[in-house]
Amino acid sequence: MGYVAVRGGEDAIKCAEKLLRYQRLRGGARPLTVEQIEGQLYLAVDRVMGEGSLYAPELAALAIKQAVGDTMEASFILRAYRTTKQRFCCSIPETTKEMRIVRRISAAFKDIPGGQLLGATSDYTLRLLDFDLKDESPQEMRTFIRDVSDIAREGNIPDTFPKVVEILRQEGLLVERKDSIDDRSISDIARQSMTFPESRSGTLQAMARGETGGLLLLAYSNMRGYGDIHPTIGELRVGFVPLKIIHPHTGEPYTVGEVRVTEAEVIARLDVEGETQKFTMGYGLCFGHNEVKAISMAVLDRAMQARKPEMPSEKQEFVLSHIDGIESMGFCNHYKLPHYVTFQSDLDRLRKVKEIHDTEGNLKKNL
Amino acid sequence: MTLKEILRKTFDNGYNFAFLDEGAKREIRRKILKAVAIPGYQTPFGSRELPIARGWGTGGLQITLSIIGTGDTLKVIDQGCDGSVNAVNIKKFIGRVTGVKTTTDTNKASIIQTRHRVPEEIMTEDQILILQVPYPEALRTVEPEETETRRMHAEADYSRMWLYLYEDIVRFGEISIGARYPVAVNGRYIMDPSPIPRWDIPKLDRADTLYLFGAGREKRIYAVPPHTEVKPLEFEDYLFRVEDFGDARCRRCGSCDTFLDEIIDDETGKRFYQCSDTDYCDRRTVDGTGS
Amino acid sequence: MAPVLKLKNITRLFGKGCPSCLESTGPDADTNVCSHCGTVVACACVSLDLYHDEILGIMGESGSGKSTLLKTLHFDIAVSSGEIYFENCADINLLTMSPFEKRRIRNFEMGIVYQNPHLGLKMEVSSGGNVAEKLLMAGWKNIDKTRKRSRSLLRETEFPVGRMDEPPKNLSGGEQQRVQIARALSSNPKVLFLDEMTTGLDLSVQARILDMLRSLQKRFHVSMIVVSHDLGVIRLLAQRTAVMKYGRVVELGLTDQILEDPRHPYTQLLVNSEL
Repeated sequence: MGYVAVRGGEDAIKCAEKLLRYQRLRGGARPLTVEQIEGQLYLAVDRVMGEGSLYAPELAALAIKQAVGDTMEASFILRAYRTTKQRFCCSIPETTKEMRIVRRISAAFKDIPGGQLLGATSDYTLRLLDFDLKDESPQEMRTFIRDVSDIAREGNIPDTFPKVVEILRQEGLLVERKDSIDDRSISDIARQSMTFPESRSGTLQAMARGETGGLLLLAYSNMRGYGDIHPTIGELRVGFVPLKIIHPHTGEPYTVGEVRVTEAEVIARLDVEGETQKFTMGYGLCFGHNEVKAISMAVLDRAMQARKPEMPSEKQEFVLSHIDGIESMGFCNHYKLPHYVTFQSDLDRLRKVKEIHDTEGNLKKNL
Repeated sequence: MTLKEILRKTFDNGYNFAFLDEGAKREIRRKILKAVAIPGYQTPFGSRELPIARGWGTGGLQITLSIIGTGDTLKVIDQGCDGSVNAVNIKKFIGRVTGVKTTTDTNKASIIQTRHRVPEEIMTEDQILILQVPYPEALRTVEPEETETRRMHAEADYSRMWLYLYEDIVRFGEISIGARYPVAVNGRYIMDPSPIPRWDIPKLDRADTLYLFGAGREKRIYAVPPHTEVKPLEFEDYLFRVEDFGDARCRRCGSCDTFLDEIIDDETGKRFYQCSDTDYCDRRTVDGTGS
Repeated sequence: MAPVLKLKNITRLFGKGCPSCLESTGPDADTNVCSHCGTVVACACVSLDLYHDEILGIMGESGSGKSTLLKTLHFDIAVSSGEIYFENCADINLLTMSPFEKRRIRNFEMGIVYQNPHLGLKMEVSSGGNVAEKLLMAGWKNIDKTRKRSRSLLRETEFPVGRMDEPPKNLSGGEQQRVQIARALSSNPKVLFLDEMTTGLDLSVQARILDMLRSLQKRFHVSMIVVSHDLGVIRLLAQRTAVMKYGRVVELGLTDQILEDPRHPYTQLLVNSEL
C-alpha cells in the first residue's frame, strides 16, 4: 500500500523545524550576532521595521536572523510580536520640520536654503562587486573609522533645515489638501478594518506598513505610463524625529526617544484651485532609511488623488488592498495547504458536465 | 494583585491567555454578536496579526481565541482530518496559549475550528463550529470592488449572481460551482459558506449549532445562528446537487453516506475512496458499524 | 386622466452653483454656463407629463440637456432639485426614495435604451442573459421559462434568436439595439426611455427599428419618452414633442403642430434647417 494519508503531522512539523535549524547551521560558520545584523545590515533592519510596523531595531535584527535573511518573513515575525503588545499611549503628532537630518536632497531646486546634503548613499557609486569586502578585518575597520570620523561628525550639520516645499507653499503655489488630517480622528488600521474611501491617515498608515516591492510596483506602473504622475522630488529627507508623549503624571510633553525615518515630498501635475493654477503634492514617510519606499508612497499618495481614477495605481481600494506584504505573502503561501476537498468537489462538477455533454450531444437543444 | 501573580496567571512567557489581549478579544466578541444578530452579513473587524500566516486560518483562529475559555474542549480539523499538518499546527498553538483540553472526537468538542469541511456527525446546540474563510465575499466572482459589493448587499441587488448561474447553465448545462457554493441566509444576504463541499451545505440549514465564519486577511466575521434558513442558490429546473460518488464506498469503514476522498494508489494506479472525516471513519471502524 | 409619469421642475447643475445660475442661463441668455460661477446648467425647471400609451418626443441639439434629463428620470444621474411622480406611487416623489426602492422602480416599471449599447448591455454576457437579467431580478427561478420569455422578446424585436447565446460584442450595432429593447421590455415596464437609440445606424436598419418600436408600443401598452436630435425620428414616433434649448423646454405641443407651425424662433430654426 503506497498511500500515506497526511496525518501524524505533529512529528512532521517538529522534524521540519529541526531541519530548518540544521540548514542554517550546517555550513559551520560562526554564529551571526544580532548586533552584527543591526549594525551592518541596517537597511534590511529598517525595511523589516517598516513592514513589520514596529520600531525596534534589535528585535527586527533578531527576526532577520530567525527568518534566515528573508525580510518578508522577518516582518511577519515582528508583526506577530507587535500585535501582542499593549498600547500605553499615542505619541504627540510631530512636524518633520524638527527632523535631525542626515541626508536631504531636492531635485526641484539647485540651491535650497540650508543646502543639499548628500549623506550616506550609494546613489553615485559604481555598483562593482567589492572583493575587498570578502576579507574585511577588524583592524582595517578600526583604521577606516578613525580616518573618516571627520566627515562623519554630525557637528557640522545644522540642527534643523527649512522645508523646501514650504517655499512653494508660502508663494501660494501648492494646492491645499482638503483631506488633511485632523489630530482627533487619526484612524488605526491595525485595530479597525479599512473601509473605502479610507481616510487620509488610514491611507498613509497602510502605505507606511506596505511592502516596499508592492509599493514600488504600483508607483512604477503609474510613472511609466499606466497613470500620469511624473514626480519632481521637492525634498527627500532621511533623519531622526523626536518621539514625544504626554507624561502620564505631569501632563507635559516628554521626549522618550527618536525614530529614524525617510520622508519624501513629490511635486506633480498642475491643478486648478478656485481660479488659480497650482502644483499638487504627494507625501511619503516610512520607518528607517528606505528611499524607494518613501518615494513610491509619495507617488501613490498623489496618484490616488486622481479626479477620475482609472488606472490601478489611482484606485485607492486597489492600492491599499494589495500592498500589505504580510497579507499577500500569507495568502500566496496558503495555496500550498491541501485543497483535496474543494478539488474533489470541482472534479465532481467536471465529470457531471462532461456526462451531460456526452449523453446529450448538443445541450443547447434542451435549453 | 502583584506582578508575579499576574505573570503566573498568564501562559507561555508572558503572553496573555489565548494570545490576544483582552481588548482585542472583547472587540472580536462584539463583532461576533453583531454577526449573529444579522445572519449572513459580513461584519468588518480589526483583524490582528498572529504568529500564523494570513490565509492559514487567522480569521477562524481569532474567533476561537476570543470565545474560548478554560472549560472548553477543542477540536481542529483541516479537510476533515484532525491529523493534517495545518490542523495540528493550529491546535498546538491554541493549546499552548490556553492550556485547554483537545480532542479528535466531534461529540466531545465544545468548539471545533475547521477548514473546508463540516463534520459528518450532526452537531448540537452546545457546540460551536468555526469555519476558516479565504474569500468572505460571495459576490467577488462577479464584482471585484468592495465598495460595489457592499452596495449590492445593502440593496439586495443580487441579479448579477443569478445571471452568473444562468450563464453557467447556458455554457455547461449545469451549475459548475464545486465548493464555495453561494447560499442565501435567512432569505436576505447571499453568503459564501467558505470552501466547504456542496455536500456540507445542507448541514448549515436550520441547524442546532452556531456557525461562525472568520476571514482574517479580509477582516470579516459572519455567522449562521442556530435554526436559521440557509438555502443554496438554485433554479426550479436546475437544482442544487451535492457531490455524487456513485456506488463508491469508504475503503476503511464501508460508508456510502459520507463525503469521500478519492485516492489513487501509487503502486497499482487504482482508485479508491476513503472518508474525508477521519474521526467519523475511525469511530465507525472501531464500532464495527462498517462493513 | 392622470399621467403615468409627472416631472416637476427637474434641474441639474454641473458645478458648485450660485444663486444667479438660473437667471444667467437659458435661451434668453444664450448660454448654459453661469457667468457668475462657471456652473453648467444642464437642465432647469423642466416640468412634463407623460400619459398612458403616449410617445413623447424630446428634441434639441446636442448640449440642450435632453439626454441629461432622460438619465435623471432613470436615476442614472442625480438631480440638483425637482420632483418625479409615478402613477403607481402617486404621492411619493421618487427622488426621495431609498436607493433600494429606486432600483425596484427602475427594474420593474422602467426600461431604457441607450445610444451607446455599452451603457445598457453587458458585452461579455450572452444576449439572452442580458434579457434574462431583468427577469432574474424580478425573482424568476426557472431557467426554461426564463429562456422562453427571453427568446420570445428577442423574436419580437426581430433579433435572430439562433444567436441568443452569443455575447453582444459579436453582434452588429442594430442587433445590439434590438437586444437592448428586448431587455428593456422584459419586465413589462410602464415607461420606456429611448436615448438617441437609432443614431449611428444604417438608414434601412433605423427605419425597421422605428417601425418595430411603433408596433411594440401598441402591443406592450408602454409609454415612451424618445430623445432625439433627428426630426425624422420624432416625426415618426412622437405624438407630442418638447423642444429643449440650453436646458429649458422652449416649446411643447403636438408633434405635427410643432413641425408644421413652429412658434418659438429656435424651433423654427431647427425645423427649417432640416428642410
